[in-house]
Amino acid sequence: MATAKPFKSDGLAPLHGAEPVKGRSLWQDARRRLFRNKAAVGSMILLAIIVIMAILAPLLSPWAFDDPDWGYDFPGPPNIETKHWFGTDGNGRDLFVRTLYGARISLLVGVIATSVSLLIGVTYGATAGFIGGRTDNIMMRIVDILYSLPFMFFVILLMVIFGRNIFLIFVALGAVEWLTMARIVRGQALSVKKKEFIEAAQAVGVSNAKIITRHIIPNVLGPVIVYMTLTIPQVILTESFLSFLGLGVQEPLTSWGVLISEGAKQMESSPWMLIFPAAFLAVTLFCFNFIGDGLRDALDPKDR
Amino acid sequence: MLLEIQNLTTRFSTPEGEVCAVNNVSLQVEAGQCLGVVGESGSGKTQVFMSMMGLLAKNGKTEGIVNFNGRQILGLEIAELNRLRGVEFSMIFQDPMTSLNPYLRISRQMTEVLVEHRGISEKEAAAKAIELLHLVGIPEAEKRFRMYPHEFSGGMRQRAMIAMALLCEPKLLIADEPTTALDVTVQAQILDLIAGLGRKLDMATVLITHDLGVIAGLSDRVAVMYGGRVVEEASVHEIFNSPQHPYTKGLLESMPRLDTSSDKALHAIPGQPPDLQALPAGCSFEPRCNYAFARCHAEIPELRTIGEGRVKACHLEQIS
Amino acid sequence: MSGAAMNQTETTQQPILSVRDLKVYFPIIAGGLIRRTIPLKAVDGVSFDLYPGETLGVVGESGCGKSTLGRGILQLLEPSGGSVVWLGHHIEGLSATEMKKYRKELQIIFQDPLASLNPRMTIGDIIAEPLTVHNPELSVEERKQRVREMMEQVGLLPLMINRYPHEFSGGQCQRIGVARAMILKPRLIVCDEPVSALDVSIQAQIVNLIKDLQDTFGLSLIFISHDLSIVRHISHRIMVLYLGNMMEVADKENLYANPRHPYTKALISAVPLPDPELEKQKQRLVLEGDLPSPLSPPSGCVFRTRCPLAREKCAQEKPEMTDVNGAHQVACHFWQQR
Repeated sequence: MATAKPFKSDGLAPLHGAEPVKGRSLWQDARRRLFRNKAAVGSMILLAIIVIMAILAPLLSPWAFDDPDWGYDFPGPPNIETKHWFGTDGNGRDLFVRTLYGARISLLVGVIATSVSLLIGVTYGATAGFIGGRTDNIMMRIVDILYSLPFMFFVILLMVIFGRNIFLIFVALGAVEWLTMARIVRGQALSVKKKEFIEAAQAVGVSNAKIITRHIIPNVLGPVIVYMTLTIPQVILTESFLSFLGLGVQEPLTSWGVLISEGAKQMESSPWMLIFPAAFLAVTLFCFNFIGDGLRDALDPKDR
Repeated sequence: MLLEIQNLTTRFSTPEGEVCAVNNVSLQVEAGQCLGVVGESGSGKTQVFMSMMGLLAKNGKTEGIVNFNGRQILGLEIAELNRLRGVEFSMIFQDPMTSLNPYLRISRQMTEVLVEHRGISEKEAAAKAIELLHLVGIPEAEKRFRMYPHEFSGGMRQRAMIAMALLCEPKLLIADEPTTALDVTVQAQILDLIAGLGRKLDMATVLITHDLGVIAGLSDRVAVMYGGRVVEEASVHEIFNSPQHPYTKGLLESMPRLDTSSDKALHAIPGQPPDLQALPAGCSFEPRCNYAFARCHAEIPELRTIGEGRVKACHLEQIS
Repeated sequence: MSGAAMNQTETTQQPILSVRDLKVYFPIIAGGLIRRTIPLKAVDGVSFDLYPGETLGVVGESGCGKSTLGRGILQLLEPSGGSVVWLGHHIEGLSATEMKKYRKELQIIFQDPLASLNPRMTIGDIIAEPLTVHNPELSVEERKQRVREMMEQVGLLPLMINRYPHEFSGGQCQRIGVARAMILKPRLIVCDEPVSALDVSIQAQIVNLIKDLQDTFGLSLIFISHDLSIVRHISHRIMVLYLGNMMEVADKENLYANPRHPYTKALISAVPLPDPELEKQKQRLVLEGDLPSPLSPPSGCVFRTRCPLAREKCAQEKPEMTDVNGAHQVACHFWQQR
């Protein structure tokens, strides 16, 4: 065993102290760039406010979400004295608190369904892209076939068989969104695969599974994250659409889609029933889109 | 004096601050002469001439004086500059594929230039262009004339680019790393071509490169750049036989030579090229210099004359 | 290692690597009405032996197959023919699992220093990865210690262990690559154009580093480069490739003093020397023509389309490697002509 040669300086400036220097990862660089984007930061703050309001819903209003106010109009306009800030709906329930409870469901659906699609899509896509060849071909053809199935038909089928169950909605939406995610990740994996550090890992003898998890996936996450922030609003919108059709969450639970559906029916006589949930939905969608744009700029590979 | 660059300074504004890529650079090229400009990354050798040609990126600003044939060309209007670019002086680059439009045939790209600048007919332009393709040594010039760039090999593309640069018989050709991307046997052909054309057309050349061997073969005078400044300028013989700047000396000593054999370690220059955003207060080469003393750390050395047609930017009196 | 010592080891030791008639072909699907597969013959029959502590330089221009050769030897690409024998074991065509145990002895350094490092991992993790694969019994602290020792040895400050690749310069990134290749104390390292992407003043540093490590650890190196000056400096023996075929092999003194193959002569003559007097007087041997396509290499000797000595025989018969004297071999029918 040869002894180590004396240390030859690389000409680096001498650093004092024994503590190793903390590195500045690419994620940190991206985060800095993101926070310089005013629209994205504003959107994050706004979104955070909505989320906090949704969590604190019971504390923000004296009314319960499923308790009709017998002493007020059915439906009643917004009124400061009775603390019906958004008015009441056709069953006399306070709309403000229901909008916030609706936020819970809508946001939950958005985040959970997207996370499901992320998990399945990233693993599937990275594996297909990395292994390549015939396996990749078969895996992607499966995706193509699933893509061509009519989504609505599938969801209605599930609803009919299993009844209207909130978890079913998560599954149904996640099961559709993972397909596009898989395609995106596979494309990214194909280009990452050609990079020399993948070859370096192979030369060291790293197993394929480890290469996928440690080398491929962290390097495809950029576009994935951006796509995620654009998927969440899509999922929320789809859920709203389902609710609009009457296939969404069960009473007395509510989501923005349900509220909008009810509100649309009463649009002329009680516009507040439509305006408030619709406004919340629109603002949330805008926020996610601005954040997605900001992320895309921050993670731009050109800067790497 | 054909080309005279005086006190040229080019700055780029980046999100991380201002970067001074070219710092008070002065160079001269006489008619028919070849000036070699040597430097590594961050030396500014390319940006000097991009500034002169008006090809700077949007976030770059340049100031100073550039005289071509006695005429100030820095700060000219684009229209006026276009009358000179490609006509009085031309530039060729490292990657021919980026200067040749892949969607147009070579014929179109070449005749376009002639028709635009010389006002001759398409037919006359085509004849002239084919003549030039012959001149640069492209075999079967008539046939190749009608081809697309991607149908040419690397060496041929470089020749085509040279031909395009010469269409209007410029008095000055600026070649930025023209052979770096080429195989060494093709490089030899292209360098011979450039040297031959210089003599034949009485054209001055500026050869920008990091390769000292290329410089030795072609240049009459050599300017060595480091960290955005000229650190030494002299005739090619003086530079190679008695370099007076520690950087020049270090470069020459660190290169293994093909015609000598040694088992000893190379004399590597320690450290790495300077970070233009964090240049030291004194001489930018000082952190890596074997000869550095106190003054070098505190004071940036100015360019001073040390002999007939020789300048260097160093506090040292002399290096043996 | 000096030349004299080298000869001694050569005669008393067995080669650690024996490559015989190695071929690496890439199937290219040609279009047209009938889809056929044409083989791109990147490496078409290369043979050599490599001894402990020896550096074999592999030179050639684009399309000569030198990078493919390096990867074919390490089984990063599957050879289409021929054999690769490492320490007596045939490793050509082995599966990934079978090959794994040899991987700690065979390593590679890449051309692009930054691209060969995972941008999302700290350099500490990058250098430690080979240890996690081959020495899983080590504790986290033991691993870190080894990484720090390795970093010092290649000239990096151990304090930088938590930094990311993009925070380093090109030369430093290459040192990280060297550290990763060295951490398992391999016996052979394939250096694939390790300094071509670096600034000139940094190239010498890295070349010195590699040579030092070789002297300290008795490494064998296969040094692939297009830069003949550097190859001359670092190699003991040099192999010249053209279009996937061997043209000439010799120890470094003989190759430069007495090149026998017309291609070698042209190559040596083409290299510009940093010496104005010599350069301006030089009579250059200029090669005409362009590189033929590797999809349709010339029949017989692949160099004949550009060779000043080419004759009928060259088109009909591919020249074998013939002895000039002992270690010096050349593949040319007319090498004896001056």
